[in-house]
Amino acid sequence: MSSSSSSSSQMGELVADKHVRYILMSEKKESFESVVMDHLRMNGAYWGLTTLDLLDKLPSVSVDEVVSWLLTCQHESGGFAGNTGHDPHVLYTLSAVQILALFDKLDILDVAKVSSYIAGLQNEDGSFSGDMWGEVDTRFSYIAICSLSILKCLDKINVEKAVDYIVSCKNLDGGFGCTPGAESHAGQIFCCVGALAITGSLHHVDKDLLGWWLCERQVKSGGLNGRPEKLPDVCYSWWVLSSLIMIDRVHWINKAKLVKFILDCQDLENGGISDRPDDAVDIFHTYFGVAGLSLLEYPGVKAIDPAYALPVDVINRILLTK
Amino acid sequence: MASDATVPLSERPEWSDVVPLSQDDGPNPVVPIAYKEDFRETMDYFRAIYRSDERSPRALRLTEEALRLNSGNYTVWYFRRLVLEELDHDLYEELKFIETIAEDNSKNYQLWHHRRWVAEKLGPDVAGMELDFTRKVLSVDAKHYHAWSHRQWALQALGGWENELDYCHGLLEADVFNNSAWNQRHYVITRSPSLGGLEAMRESEVSYTVKAILANPGNESSWRYLKALYKDDRESWISDPSVSSVCLKVLSRTDCFHGFALSTLLDLLCDGLRPTNEHRDSVKALANEESDTNLASLVCTILGRVDHMRANYWAWRKSKITVAI
Repeated sequence: MSSSSSSSSQMGELVADKHVRYILMSEKKESFESVVMDHLRMNGAYWGLTTLDLLDKLPSVSVDEVVSWLLTCQHESGGFAGNTGHDPHVLYTLSAVQILALFDKLDILDVAKVSSYIAGLQNEDGSFSGDMWGEVDTRFSYIAICSLSILKCLDKINVEKAVDYIVSCKNLDGGFGCTPGAESHAGQIFCCVGALAITGSLHHVDKDLLGWWLCERQVKSGGLNGRPEKLPDVCYSWWVLSSLIMIDRVHWINKAKLVKFILDCQDLENGGISDRPDDAVDIFHTYFGVAGLSLLEYPGVKAIDPAYALPVDVINRILLTK
Repeated sequence: MASDATVPLSERPEWSDVVPLSQDDGPNPVVPIAYKEDFRETMDYFRAIYRSDERSPRALRLTEEALRLNSGNYTVWYFRRLVLEELDHDLYEELKFIETIAEDNSKNYQLWHHRRWVAEKLGPDVAGMELDFTRKVLSVDAKHYHAWSHRQWALQALGGWENELDYCHGLLEADVFNNSAWNQRHYVITRSPSLGGLEAMRESEVSYTVKAILANPGNESSWRYLKALYKDDRESWISDPSVSSVCLKVLSRTDCFHGFALSTLLDLLCDGLRPTNEHRDSVKALANEESDTNLASLVCTILGRVDHMRANYWAWRKSKITVAI
């Protein structure tokens, strides 16, 4: 149950090269998937590029090509859209900032502008809207806090109120939902715990109670679900795991069984990872599977920061400069 | 509208004055499937309309076509809202439109946000419609996170709480493991303006939950709901005979998972419950070769076996026991 690097032949292996090839091919706009996901290309780019970096293959892409495309997605408001010609939204703004962080190109940003766009989306009660249309969700609290932290502009928002709002979304099971009273969900928990971690506010989390809720997500197959009595999905390998690490309770998960589950979700021939074994692969799950393995310290995968969802060396570079 | 949609936009007289704009970040890919050609063309025309900011009836129809091809495209939803406002379009019709899109794919945030935007404009008059709409979506997927989120918003903003507890009951009768329905129950008893709040509802809810637990003791949700009924009131929690009794009843059964009953008993003991002989005997009956003079400790040991996946957690719990029982 301890080291996942032993007996790797028994539990399969990570076909890293195949995943790299899968990602590089998806960038080529040939697949149906890429056509339909056109409007969230910025997210897709973040998932693909971060995975490449975790597998130490970021140099396989042209930085200039990505960055010049990325800049076509920026709006006057300072926010970024999901693709050229689309409207800005914090979802894509975070991905853009993360991508630039990967490439160490944050200096091309007009930081004042981007941070104003994000900060301008904070509401009276401390919550954040996703864009001018006003949808509120704790995901956006995380996004605002994470991106502003990377840009070193957290002081542009009311952090105390932001934290208060997140805490108002805490449920009696120790988890968090998208809005006050909403069901605890691992994805929302990651967002809330991540935001609290970045703002130094983890004392608001009942770590023992939440830790137990999170480790209860592990089902018989070794995979993790996002809520009680739901099916396991590889993406929860990230959301549940990163949350557990941030609250120092990851040893409550059976790591070996989770590693096996993730590896079983790979398409060993064509590369890519799916939500659960034998389903169709996609970039989203490929990223979360590899990121999950990183958190599980799988050999050959770089370390990832559980709060910022970027490689640790990237975050260190940012935190140690300026 | 339906017949028109199969004719390419470039061949429709209505659109002859518009020059479609293609994606300007690279050459058009070679697309082998006809479907993609429709999609690409529709988006090219959309781009033209969006760029020229044309907020006309034909623009509205075009956004509908684009959304039917890809309801995840958030820019199209945005633009549609601008057009709806400009044209002062019938928003009741819009609710129907959203429903048809949801039939194909209800799992995107944009659709739900759009629905809320429309419903907010229409106000309390549509409370019933929003409950109906979410009910329809939940009848297909009773744990649909967006639908529940919308339903909670609708109750808070538009009202309609009266039948909500019954609705939850209906869902739980169909699937007692539906965590969303348990969560909604909690939402109703704590926030409904027509009920007395958590403490007032506690007795009836405990009775309800105990029944559910006895029917399916391996149900994480019902046990959690039970605990949540006591919130921070430790005294009531450890002194309510119903709680202790449901644990004992489950532990004495041989046909079910004992994990949640054991962990609940563990929590009770750690919170100060003084165990009776009945408690000790039912726990000892479950021990294989395990024994311990400290009852809470014995419970942890058994849990390490019975819920082996979380062996590390139960070992940690054991290390934290301070009660000498």
